[in-house]
Amino acid sequence: MIRFDGVTKQFPDGTVAVDDLSLTAPTGKITVLVGPSGCGKTTSLRMVNRMIEPTKGSISLDGQDTGRMKQSELRRGIGYVIQHAGLFPHRTVLDNIGTVPRLLGWDRKRTQERSRELLERVGLDPALGDRYPAQLSGGQQQRVGVARALAADPPVMLMDEPFSAVDPIVRDQLQDEFLRLQDELGKTIIFVTHDIDEAIKLGDQVAVLRVGGQLAQVAEPSYLLAHPADDFVADFVGRDRGYRALQFQPTPRLPLRSERTIVLGEQPAAGSGAWLLVVDEQRKPLGWVEPARIGSRGVEDADLHRGGTVARAAGTLRGALDAALSSPSRRGVVVDDSGVLVGTVLAHEVLSAIEDTDRPERDEEDPVHGGAVALAEDGA
Amino acid sequence: MDWLASNWRTVIDLAGQHLYLAGVPLLLGLLLSLPLGWLAKRWRGAYPAVVTTSGLLYTIPSLALFIIMPIVLGTKILDPVNVIVAMTVYTVALLARTVADGLISVPDHVEQAATAMGYRGLRRLVGVELPLAVPVIAAGLRVAAVSNVSIVSVASLVGVSQLGSLLVDGWRRIIWGELVTGIVACLVLALLLDGLILLGAKALTPWRRVAGGAA
Ligand SMILES: Nc1ncnc2c1ncn2[C@@H]1O[C@H](COP(=O)(O)OP(=O)(O)OP(=O)(O)O)[C@@H](O)[C@H]1O
Ligand SMILES: [Mg+2]
Repeated sequence: MIRFDGVTKQFPDGTVAVDDLSLTAPTGKITVLVGPSGCGKTTSLRMVNRMIEPTKGSISLDGQDTGRMKQSELRRGIGYVIQHAGLFPHRTVLDNIGTVPRLLGWDRKRTQERSRELLERVGLDPALGDRYPAQLSGGQQQRVGVARALAADPPVMLMDEPFSAVDPIVRDQLQDEFLRLQDELGKTIIFVTHDIDEAIKLGDQVAVLRVGGQLAQVAEPSYLLAHPADDFVADFVGRDRGYRALQFQPTPRLPLRSERTIVLGEQPAAGSGAWLLVVDEQRKPLGWVEPARIGSRGVEDADLHRGGTVARAAGTLRGALDAALSSPSRRGVVVDDSGVLVGTVLAHEVLSAIEDTDRPERDEEDPVHGGAVALAEDGA
Repeated sequence: MDWLASNWRTVIDLAGQHLYLAGVPLLLGLLLSLPLGWLAKRWRGAYPAVVTTSGLLYTIPSLALFIIMPIVLGTKILDPVNVIVAMTVYTVALLARTVADGLISVPDHVEQAATAMGYRGLRRLVGVELPLAVPVIAAGLRVAAVSNVSIVSVASLVGVSQLGSLLVDGWRRIIWGELVTGIVACLVLALLLDGLILLGAKALTPWRRVAGGAA
């Protein structure tokens, strides 16, 4: 658990980068700091490992005041992913990953083994291990940066915009892998980003900061979207927050209808309707076809309309609604966890399911901290 | 050519002496410049002092420096140590600033990563900062090497023999073969040192030769 207690940072030139910040990052959870440029995210992060010393207030790690700990020891026990990876250009990928273990006095062999293991863990080809950072793509560098921070298996990770320098598709991939990794590792993470979508996707808890370094609100993502504390937060979380909030709402039992299907090569039966769903041998959906355009030949791959998204029955309401909205037949395709078709659903059916779900309740007493992740009483 | 044919042994001896008088100060100067450059980087106040002092040192005429040395060091006038120390002073004058600039040239994000990982002191200097400063330091070292080879020839005037002796003697007795040999030998020596430093720097910076170039 990382705890900020009334922390203020004023730089010598008078800039107040962080103003009276009180915040708790629970053990084993991802706390995201999000806010516009210059709102003090990096400064807050760097006060945790004392790359920057607070002017006022204190920060504690599992109840221990970091101000009393030895700087270099504190830092070697905290994984830090620097903005734009910040790899050592003169060291190979493996040596970069092994930096902190070497500093901690591990021998060469153990460090090498650990570095190789991590290389795979973050989804990189082992053959990249002997390359230099300049020989990697931006996404690969970011992965190495994450691997380096994980190398000595620190319980705490600080991540400063680790996925900002890559294109949206790679970023999405990195985020998914990061969430999977965190599922296995359960680190206590403070993650900085200026991208509210990333914050909402990754955070167990999201802290919104405003310029001047003040905490505007801290809450679970769904709560944040439902109850922004003020105009600034409302503005920051964006216009389509109503739609995005649906991604936190598990799909209730939807009234699924069974769908007539056909496999590739078959000829559509007469009276199949305007749209017909094509599936493979395992009944996994491939796309929609228009029987009227096919006539009396077999359905070919080229006939498929693949525009529709596919929702998982156990997924979120956002997925179900999107499947219905994007389907050429207006019937949203729903599959089970292994991708096999279970039925289709119409948009108005998803909407009435939405109307029946509850929004997270508003905490009237504490608009700033209401809806934050509950802390275990023992502080573990 | 006739002159060289009958005197090549002397030329080789003098070239060896020249290399010694120019090369040893190069190494000593580099060793002394490392802590100075490091100080100039750590304490910003020290940087202008280092730059100004070293700049001034370099403006002292070499002949004057060679003559002062025995007085300062208490050595004999003809002692080659005088030349070694004087040349070391020149090398430091050139390299202290170069080392400081090289260390300062380490990219900010690399410095921050080093801090965040818990790198400190000597380990940080040797493990992160110096390796990345090699290109800048090597460039300065090449200048210092060529400058040393050229300045050392003046030492013939205080009686310490090296390739410069060929120039003095050739000029006095108007032996063209000796004069030309002296000039060419100096050039070859300078190119040789330059090439060695270049090779050394390349061997120390394998990461700069990979696709994509300097990171
Ligand atoms: N060393 C410093 N001296 C003076 N002011 C500083 C210093 N470092 C940061 N600041 C100021 O403090 C404020 C917060 O900076 P910080 O780097 O924490 O912002 P940030 O939220 O990380 O921004 P970004 O999203 O652009 O990275 C800014 O106004 C910045 O100019
Ligand atoms: Mg920042």
